[in-house]
This record gives sequence, C-alpha cells and structure tokens, in this order.
Amino acid sequence: MASYLVRRLVMLAATLLVSSLVVFAGLSAAPGDPLTTLSGGRSLPPQTVALLVERYHLNEPFLVRYASWLGGAARGDLGVSIQLRQDVSALIAARAGTTLGLIGYAALIVVVAGVAAGLLAALRPGTVDTVVVAATAVVVAVPPFVAAMALIGVFAVGLRWLPALGDGAGLWDGVRHLTLPALALAAAAAAAVARITRTSVREELGREHVQTAVARGIPYAAVVRRHALRNAAVPIGTLTGMTVASMIALAAVVERAFGLSGLGATLVNAALSKDFAVVQGVSLVLVTAFVLVNTLVDVGAALLDPRITLGGRS
Amino acid sequence: MNASLLDVEGLTVFLPVEGEERPVLRDVSLSIAAGEAVGLVGESGSGKSMTARAIVRLLPPGARTEGVIRYRGEDVGSLRGAALRALRTDVAMVFQDPRAHVNPVRTVGDFLTEGLRTHRRLSRRAAEERAVRVLDEVGIAAGARRLRQYPHELSGGLLQRVMIAAALLAEPRLLLADEPTTALDVTTQAEVMALLDELRRERELALLFITHDLELAAAVCDRTAVMYAGRVMEVRASALLHDDPLHPYTAALAAARPSLARRADRLPATPGRPLSAFEAPPGCAFGPRCAHARDACHERRPELLPLAGGQAACARAEELRGLLRDRNGKPVVSHDHA
Amino acid sequence: MTGITVARRAGAGTIRRAGLGPLGTAAAGVVVVAVVLAVLGPALSPADPNASDFASAYAPPAPGHPLGFDGQGRDLLARLLEGARTSLLGPLLVVALSMAAGTALAIAAAWAGGWLDAAVSAALEVVFAFPGVLLAMLVAAVFGPGLGAAVVALAVAYVPYIARLLRGAALAERGKPYVRALEVQGAGALAICLRHLVPNLLPLIAAQATLFFGYAMVDLAIVSFFGLGVQPPDADWGVMVASGRSGVLQGYPAEALLAGGCVVVLVVAFNVLGERLPGAAGAGGRPWRRTGLRTGRRTGRRGGAA
Repeated sequence: MASYLVRRLVMLAATLLVSSLVVFAGLSAAPGDPLTTLSGGRSLPPQTVALLVERYHLNEPFLVRYASWLGGAARGDLGVSIQLRQDVSALIAARAGTTLGLIGYAALIVVVAGVAAGLLAALRPGTVDTVVVAATAVVVAVPPFVAAMALIGVFAVGLRWLPALGDGAGLWDGVRHLTLPALALAAAAAAAVARITRTSVREELGREHVQTAVARGIPYAAVVRRHALRNAAVPIGTLTGMTVASMIALAAVVERAFGLSGLGATLVNAALSKDFAVVQGVSLVLVTAFVLVNTLVDVGAALLDPRITLGGRS
Repeated sequence: MNASLLDVEGLTVFLPVEGEERPVLRDVSLSIAAGEAVGLVGESGSGKSMTARAIVRLLPPGARTEGVIRYRGEDVGSLRGAALRALRTDVAMVFQDPRAHVNPVRTVGDFLTEGLRTHRRLSRRAAEERAVRVLDEVGIAAGARRLRQYPHELSGGLLQRVMIAAALLAEPRLLLADEPTTALDVTTQAEVMALLDELRRERELALLFITHDLELAAAVCDRTAVMYAGRVMEVRASALLHDDPLHPYTAALAAARPSLARRADRLPATPGRPLSAFEAPPGCAFGPRCAHARDACHERRPELLPLAGGQAACARAEELRGLLRDRNGKPVVSHDHA
Repeated sequence: MTGITVARRAGAGTIRRAGLGPLGTAAAGVVVVAVVLAVLGPALSPADPNASDFASAYAPPAPGHPLGFDGQGRDLLARLLEGARTSLLGPLLVVALSMAAGTALAIAAAWAGGWLDAAVSAALEVVFAFPGVLLAMLVAAVFGPGLGAAVVALAVAYVPYIARLLRGAALAERGKPYVRALEVQGAGALAICLRHLVPNLLPLIAAQATLFFGYAMVDLAIVSFFGLGVQPPDADWGVMVASGRSGVLQGYPAEALLAGGCVVVLVVAFNVLGERLPGAAGAGGRPWRRTGLRTGRRTGRRGGAA
C-alpha cells in the first residue's frame, strides 16, 4: 500500500510539473514576442512594460522564467490580470466558490440519481429496466450545452420554476440559481453512471458469491447492498470520479450558458480577451484539480478493491 | 417416515432455455434422516447440483418445479421471506469453488460472521470470537489474524475450510456439500474430506454429499443415490454399491474408476455420452448406452422400486442381480445372460 | 507469403461481413444522410445562410423557409445545412490527425519495446492530464480563436487515449507467429508494420475512430459555443447554439435546439455505430471505458503503462 501511494505521488508530481510547463510554455509558443501576448496586443505605457518585463523575467532564458513563474505560483502569486487590473490569485479565489459549488451539486446529482436509476433498472427487469436503458441511452449523448438550452427553455422560460441566469445571493437563492446548471452538467454523467451501475450490479448479482449469500439466508436487500452494490462500487466509483473530473473542464460550458461567474467562464472570457495571465493561472488551477481528482479516483479504486492494492493485478 | 429430516418426492424441474422449458430433473425422490449422510453421485449434467439447489430454492430465475420437498414436515415450496431464510440457515451449503463463492472484496471475518450478525444479532466481537473457535475446529490456527485477511490471500484448501466453518457457524441440521473437494488438489481433498466427515459425526449433522466419485461417496455416506439424466437410478447402502450394484449404470460408473486393488490395462469406458434430462429417450434414460438393454427398456420408463434393501429404476434389476460384476470386480459388458 | 495474404484478407473480410444490426444500420444511415447533406448543402439550401433580414427575426416557418428564422432573420435550414459542413469537417480532421499520430506511436512503442515503450507510455500518462476542451481554450488564447487551432488542440489531447488503446492491440499482434515468420524472411520493420500490422489493426482503428468522431464533434461544438472555434457569422452548430441562447431566453428556442439536436442525433449515431463495428469488441468492451469518454476522459486505466 505504502509503495503504491509513493508511486502515485511521484506520478502526480511529474504530471503536475509537465502540465504547468505546458501551461507556461504557451506564452513562449505564441507568435510574436511574449510582451505582445501578455498585453493581448494592447499598447501599454512604458512603465507597465518595464514592470511586465521584470515580473515575467522576459530578458532571461526560458527555464529561468518558468522556474520563477512556478515559484510564484507555488506561493500563490499568479500575476495580474491586464484586463481586470486585479491579482489573478484574488480573482481565482473569488470565482472558485461558484465552480466548486456547481461541480459539488452536479456530483451529488450524478451519484444519487445515477446509482438509484441504475440500481432500479438492475433489480427490476422488464418495463422499468427498458425505460431506464432507453432514457439513459439518449441522455448520455446530450452534451451539457444542449442540456443547458433545453433546461432553460423548459424550466426557466416555459414553466418559470427556476431562474435561468446569474449567481443569486445568499445560500437558498444560490442553490436555486445553481440547480439548472448542475442538472445540465450532471445529465449525461448521471446517465453514464446509471448504465454502469445497471450492468455491474447485474453482473455481480449473477456471481457465485451472491448465491452463497442468498443460500445463507441473508435478506435480499442486504445481499444487494453488502455484496452486489459493494462489489460494483469499483467500476461505479471509478466512472463517477472520472465524470466529476471531466466536469472541471465542462463547468465552463454551463457557466457560460447560465451566466455564472465561475472559473470556467473566467477562463473563456480571458481566452477571448487574450488576458494571458488569467488564462495561465486558471488553467493551472483547473489542470491541478483535474489531476488530483483522477489520482484520488485511482487510489480510491485501490482502497475499494483489496485485490488491486495487494495483488498488484486484479 | 417421520424420522426423516428431508423428503423429496417426485421433484421435476424445468429451466427456460431459448424460450422453451427444458427438464433438468425428472421425478427425483430422496429422503435424508436426521444425522444421516447420503451421497448423490452422477456425471456432470446429471442434475445432482440442481437437486441440492432446489432444496434451498436456489434455482435460476424462470425455473418451474413440480413435486414436493418437505423439510422437517414443512413444504419448502410454500416458504416465503423470513421462513425461507430460516430454512436457509438450517440447511447450510458448501459449494464446489470457494474462490468464486466467497465475496472477494470482503474480509474472511466479514464472510464468517455475516450470518451470525444477521440472524442471531450478535455483536461483531461476539461473532468473531465464535468464528475463531470454529476456525480452530476446522484446523485453521491463528484465526484472529485470518479474520482480517482477504480471500485472495488464502489458498484454495484454506478457503474451503473457511467455507465449511461458515456453514458450521450457522449451526445447521443439514449440510449440502456440492462437490466440496473437486476444485482442490488431491492431498488437500483428502484432508478436507476427512475434516468434513469428522465434524459431521461430532455434531450429528445430516449431510447430502454431492460428488461424481462413487468410492468417495461410499467412504463418507451411509446411503448413496446414483443419478443419470436428471433421474435417480439407484439408491443403496454405500457399502453394497460397489460390489453388489442394482443398476447397470452404477456398475458402469464403478468400473470406470481406477482402483488400487485391481490392475487393468484400460479402464472400461461406457459407450456413448451422458445425456441431459431433456435429451433422454421415452424409455429408460440409460437404455441407449446399456449393455443389458432389451426392447422393453426402450419402450417404458422403469420406476424406482424397492429391491434388496435399496431401490433401483431398472426393468431387469432383479434378473441381473449378481451378474453386473464378475468375480474380479469387472463389469459384465457382453450381451450374454448365461 | 500466402499465410500473410490470408491474414490481411481476414482483416478486410471481417469489416465486410459485419452485421451492424437494425440499430447499427439506422445509425449508419443517419451518418450517410448527414454527410450527403453537408456535401450538397449549398445546392439544397433554400436561402443564403448569411443573408439577414431583421424584419423576419425569430419568424416562424414560412413557405420556402421550412424551419423559420433566427434572431437576425437568417434562414435556419440554410444555416443548419451550412453548419453541417464545419461540424462534420472539424471532427474528421481531429480524428484523422489523432488516429494517425496515435497509431504511429502505439505501433512504434509496441514494436520497439524496451525503453522507448516505457518512455512513450510514461509520456502518454502525463498528457492524460489535459482535458481536450481545456487545451483548446489554452491554444485559442495563444494563437487566437479559430477552427484550426481547436482541431490541433483536440487532436493532441486525444492522442494518448488512442495510442494507449492501440498499443495493447499492437503488442498482441506483434507477438503473433506470422510477424515472427516475416521477420525471419527478412522483411523490414517498417514494411511489416505498414503492410501487416496496420491492416490487421484496422477494424479496431475504425471502431475507435467512429467513437472518437462523436466525442470530437461535441468537444469542437463546445469550443465554438465558447466563441473560440468557428467564428460568427459563419454557421456552425456550436456557434448556432451560442447565438440561439438569447432566443431561448426570449422564448424562441428553435435555433439552439435544432442545432443542438443535430449534434445529439449525430453523436448517438456515431456512438451506436462505433459500438457495433467489428473492432469494437477488441477495444476492451467495458462500458465505462466508452461512456466515461467525455472531455476529461481516461480510457483503459490500468491497461497500459503499468
């Protein structure tokens, strides 16, 4: 277990280092000189130019520049937004809450709705199963921007149940404002989780060890919970984790569609307005989160299945 | 009759295969008295496992049963919910492949104590204490440590002992052992078998021992039933089965096993292949492969009738008695009936 | 050499014999229709897709305009047909680039083995860190928005998944006796790879390409939805969903839903088709490997680099 965790940590560090290099190298890869990229083509007063040159070590070799940028990033200094004239770290701190709430809410929907629907289909062959299978087959192919449009059209504009735009103020209002975005973000993922839950619970229910449990007179609900669902938890958990990780990038879509001011929307705006410090900073944060979640998923799978950790191979 | 713990009468089971119902068991009758060990012998596909599964209602979905199974006088087919679960704790099952039949992602301790904690509402600690004691009985030392291990960390033999311990922890009256040693290597087989036999006698457990090995069944069981194509062909005191078989199929089965006592260049093989219940012809199921078959055998299915202290389903059983084995213990395979 | 010809024919034969089933055939039909419409688009188009007439903004269907108009009074059918071109051409380029690079990497790694294989596997593991959409945003920020930058970014982001998947298959193929036989006969590595390995991996490559076409379509539409891909006023389904957003809010959802619906229908068709192609079974048919493929996808987690 310990050696496994060490190996994962080393991999994690290597991945983060390379990702940060990719994020940073973008600046040098851009056509024209880095100063133009940093300023996004805006003409700047000479003292600002001098400040940027000093701050980004533009007169130094690439690796020195990268090292100083990474060092700054590690201390929480990600530069200044040219457009918003604000510290990128402060900007990220202000916007991260919305994205975190959105992804958390969506993840909750994915786990609860996905597992429930999949379990229902697995345990009720026939009509219920057919309906769930058909519905999830369609929903799984609906990308979040289409889901967002459909949800806005039906629940915000048509039925007027929930607000379509904005962040809302206060907890309750905030939750109300996040409900449709979270549903749009969760829809396809929940359908995918429902499908994997259905197939893997079915598979486990057909296994011999489940027969043993039934033969020992364990109540069926407990057999389903302690044996079928518990053993299916590895594929279900892995897929859920992967979809949650993918939401880190996809949240931007939903944030744009619903006019939420989260990290993703900030990144899109920065990319559109060539506010490169913000692009770098937000990309770094998102990639780090993505890598961390994926690592957690791997470690979690190893914890859930003793055969992976101790046997090395399943 | 009231001494018997389990009574199976005329059990017929159909399974759905590609839209049609196929019989896997035909008119199986069997009884086990309290504390008695009964062997159930047959080739693969003969329906012996299905019989055991039918007793605890563990048949595949869509299965249809006819006939009656009575456990301690109660009709098993009518049991529901808690009563069915109570039956399943009173009748414990040991499966052939412990590797597949023990949940791989839960600890040995979870497996052993699950029944106790569910049915007897014991605390984890109390259940584990009992589990360690029973592990000791089945010859597993350092039980407390074993409880923390996962199935993949145990050898097949150890895991089968764990399965036996789990069955014993339920304090059953009847043990259904479905080829409990087939998946193990030969030395482990002998150990596990000896253990099962000893524990059963100590606890006065009734046993239904399923195997394809006639000699093994004879060694462990008081009586043995021989099955072929989903039917019982013969029931006999185990001691007599080998030397004085009543059914030609039993004789063929006995002859096909290598023996240390006699030398043979080649083991006599029975011509043809074993049939499934649904393939069986209208007459005697063994008829097509039987060296002693007459026209009448192919026309009418022989019933299981009492004979010489046992039962046999063979039209010529009485006539053939004593002729099925020659002086050297070889079966008579020719058609002469001198 | 006869044995080798047989091996090659077997690969091609499986594709031809493939029964797609009724659903698969329907999916193939949808794809064919979409391609035909995209190619013939301008010829079939009832109007100029970019001609706007503010008098008919959000106007309902009228004779000659079967789907009505968008918020700028442009004919929706004309724009959908026009949009089909970029919406199909983009994914095609992404898939072609990533499949070519992924196959080359996979076969090179599987063929060379040793340190090269280890290095490629490790590198792929690291590149997994970049979700396609995120990389596309980064690239758009650096090089400016446009379809080209997005296509390259997504292709790069897909390569690890494809290479990892194909590496396993290439490794298995490389171990087959006929490859050894060719080597003994003195055939060159490149010739064996191009003439024998690639053709035999073709069913798997085709199935994966089909699945990834669907993913690329969604990801490109997302990038265009952000305004970082195809640039308005050019019609593209992703652009149309973005520009239709204000219509949805005002109660005219036709543009966004029609364009979004086109994406969904084609993605379903490509998924169905990809899962029914003969090579799909070889792709390690665990459903979560497929359904898990969204932007932050990781295929065959423990499959390769362990």
